Amino acid sequence: MLELATVSILNGVVYGLLLFMLTSGLTLIFSMMGVLNFAHASLFMLGAYFSWQLGRWIGFWPALVIAPLLCGLVGAAIERYGLRHVHKRGHVAEILFTFGLAYVIEELVTMIWGRNAVANSVPKVIDFSLFQVFGSSFPAYKGLMMAISVAMFVFLYVALKRTRIGLVIQAALTHPHMVSALGHDVPGVFVLVFAVGSALAGLAGVIGGFMLLTQPTLAHAVGPIVFVVVVVGGLGSLAGALIASMLIGILQTFAVAIDYSLLDLFRTLGIVVARSSPLHDFYAVKLSTAAPIVPYLLLVLMLVVRPRGLMGRRDA
Amino acid sequence: MSDSALGSVVLSAASATDPPNRWLRQYGAWLVVALVLLVLPHLPGFGNDFGRSLLTQMAIAAVLALSYNMLLGQTGLLSFGHAVYFGLGGYAAIHLMRAINHGLPIPMPLVPVAGAAAGLVAGAVLGSATTRRAGTIFALISLGVGELVYAATFMLPGYFGGEEGITASRTRAPHPAGIDFGSQLEVYYLTAAWALLAAVLMYAFTRTPLGRMCQAVRDNPERVEYVGYNPQRVRFFAFAASALFAGLAGGLHAINYEIVAADAVGAQRSGTVLLMTYIGGSGHFAGPVLGAIVLTWLQASLSGYTSAWLLYVGLFFIVTILFAPAGLSGLIVMHAPVVRTKAFLRLLPAYAIAIVPAVVAAIGAIVLIEMSYRLSTQPELGTRLQLFGTTVDAATPWSWIAGAVLVAGGGVAFRSTWMRISSAWDRATDEARASGTTER
Repeated sequence: MLELATVSILNGVVYGLLLFMLTSGLTLIFSMMGVLNFAHASLFMLGAYFSWQLGRWIGFWPALVIAPLLCGLVGAAIERYGLRHVHKRGHVAEILFTFGLAYVIEELVTMIWGRNAVANSVPKVIDFSLFQVFGSSFPAYKGLMMAISVAMFVFLYVALKRTRIGLVIQAALTHPHMVSALGHDVPGVFVLVFAVGSALAGLAGVIGGFMLLTQPTLAHAVGPIVFVVVVVGGLGSLAGALIASMLIGILQTFAVAIDYSLLDLFRTLGIVVARSSPLHDFYAVKLSTAAPIVPYLLLVLMLVVRPRGLMGRRDA
Repeated sequence: MSDSALGSVVLSAASATDPPNRWLRQYGAWLVVALVLLVLPHLPGFGNDFGRSLLTQMAIAAVLALSYNMLLGQTGLLSFGHAVYFGLGGYAAIHLMRAINHGLPIPMPLVPVAGAAAGLVAGAVLGSATTRRAGTIFALISLGVGELVYAATFMLPGYFGGEEGITASRTRAPHPAGIDFGSQLEVYYLTAAWALLAAVLMYAFTRTPLGRMCQAVRDNPERVEYVGYNPQRVRFFAFAASALFAGLAGGLHAINYEIVAADAVGAQRSGTVLLMTYIGGSGHFAGPVLGAIVLTWLQASLSGYTSAWLLYVGLFFIVTILFAPAGLSGLIVMHAPVVRTKAFLRLLPAYAIAIVPAVVAAIGAIVLIEMSYRLSTQPELGTRLQLFGTTVDAATPWSWIAGAVLVAGGGVAFRSTWMRISSAWDRATDEARASGTTER
């Protein structure tokens, strides 16, 4: 039991931090620009592909730096040549634009790298055991991932709350005309924010690429869960995103590890459900099978109990 | 925004004095639609099973897109999970069809009612949670609910049949009128009849007080609250009504394909409905129908030629968002007052001149895209492609250079024609305003 709990919590924390890496850029863009970027997971996927391609050419460590920068450039171009033009038509138009972009990026990735997954395995330089837990080893790349994830949180927190540019960015969201009148380049600020958010997605993609499967459907596989994290944590809240990521990571890892169904629970309580009962199928679903829907159940539950999310300041 | 092409027919009817003339003005558009639906499967090009199957798919897609626009265009709710109600309606219908196959004495044409009922129930249950919020949160919740239901279909194979889905037969049923739905033509007429009824009802909904309140909630929910209405409740009723018609479309889908699988509730279908509605134009009642027809046709015709058709559809969508936010129907309505002016004759050549470089750039882009797709997804077919009647070899750099030159040259030339279009357009609208045709 202790072994199960320790290993599950460790895996849950690893998965949760990966989720946080994915959502941090999205949270940054949403909290500073009010734009819900549906193409965020696509930029994550681009990061995975860029790092795989660059890793083959110049090695892992340079790729770790250059791939996110490329994603940042792509993000800057998206803001400058697309998003800026739909911005004045409101949030629905922005969401639709990024939604369409997600389609196009998925197909462009297919066009360049093919429909099948590329062999993006863990680079040799970070594929060794850090320490042992109950006989299973904890690999170094997971340690690197956790370090990067924590660094992202600290970087974003300090950059937004403790620096001058952070102040300007925050002011540009609520009072763009005033900030512009004070001599700051507001459109430039928005380009910068979108680029940094995209670069963070790309950095997550470098690590996530070899922890997940690098294929054109990757964006769609992680996209919905990213939004669950954002809503549960509270739209635009960085700390909320961190807590929600950990919560979902740990809950889902535990659910996968528990091989019991409602039927087993009834049996221990002494209740027998007939096989012919119309709900028998439903009771027989094992918790491990139900693990994929745990985040979405949490989402609906959160909506009913506390619509603003864990750390949301207001009903967005 | 609210008055559609059909709407203006109804509005202008108020000025008509002659009673039969008035009746014709009020319902003439629907009569024309009914006649078109009646003769369409006998026109050349649609006279075979493929054509009629395409028409059936278009009719189903049109009902689904219209139901989606009750949310997007009318109530201002952006949903990413509309397929849930389509799919659950489809599952209810296919289970009823199975029961009919086993001897339940219900005629097959009534099966879509089960779909509509299931859609309504699902919409009422899930909608009671999701419509508490509007805007961005509603969009995210609808996405989450969509994923939840999609994942649940795999967890409960007893009800949903998992990946393979549930199958039933539409012919094994009592057929008192001698129609057994063995031919695609019979299925088409059944679908068209239901689609027309659904469209009439959905149009009628826009004219009801509730339908009007939906528009008010879309435009200014706070003011609605001041007037004494509950926006949350209005959103809920609109959502339930929309789910009902989505379920009806699902029922028609079940009859047409005789199978309903997990993809019926999936995110891909939800996305396609959104694309259809937006490309057609959410500001006009007939817009989603136009979008459904265009996208279904594109899907059927392009997917046979190219594996890149989703990329073309995605680019089409982005171009629509950037340059024609009111959609295809918006473009048509925009031109309506100008068509009768003399300046329109000057606008036409401006369009004609712009089209040439646009087509050149598009051809270049298609060449580049198709060559890339061939190399990355179907290398086993070799590097030679048949495009626009000639053979293009993706192995030589010249093909790539030619494609890039076409894109760049066409793009620059196209951009330079915009000034001419804009000045011709200004003159045409000035003239239209002077002659008073824009006044309504």
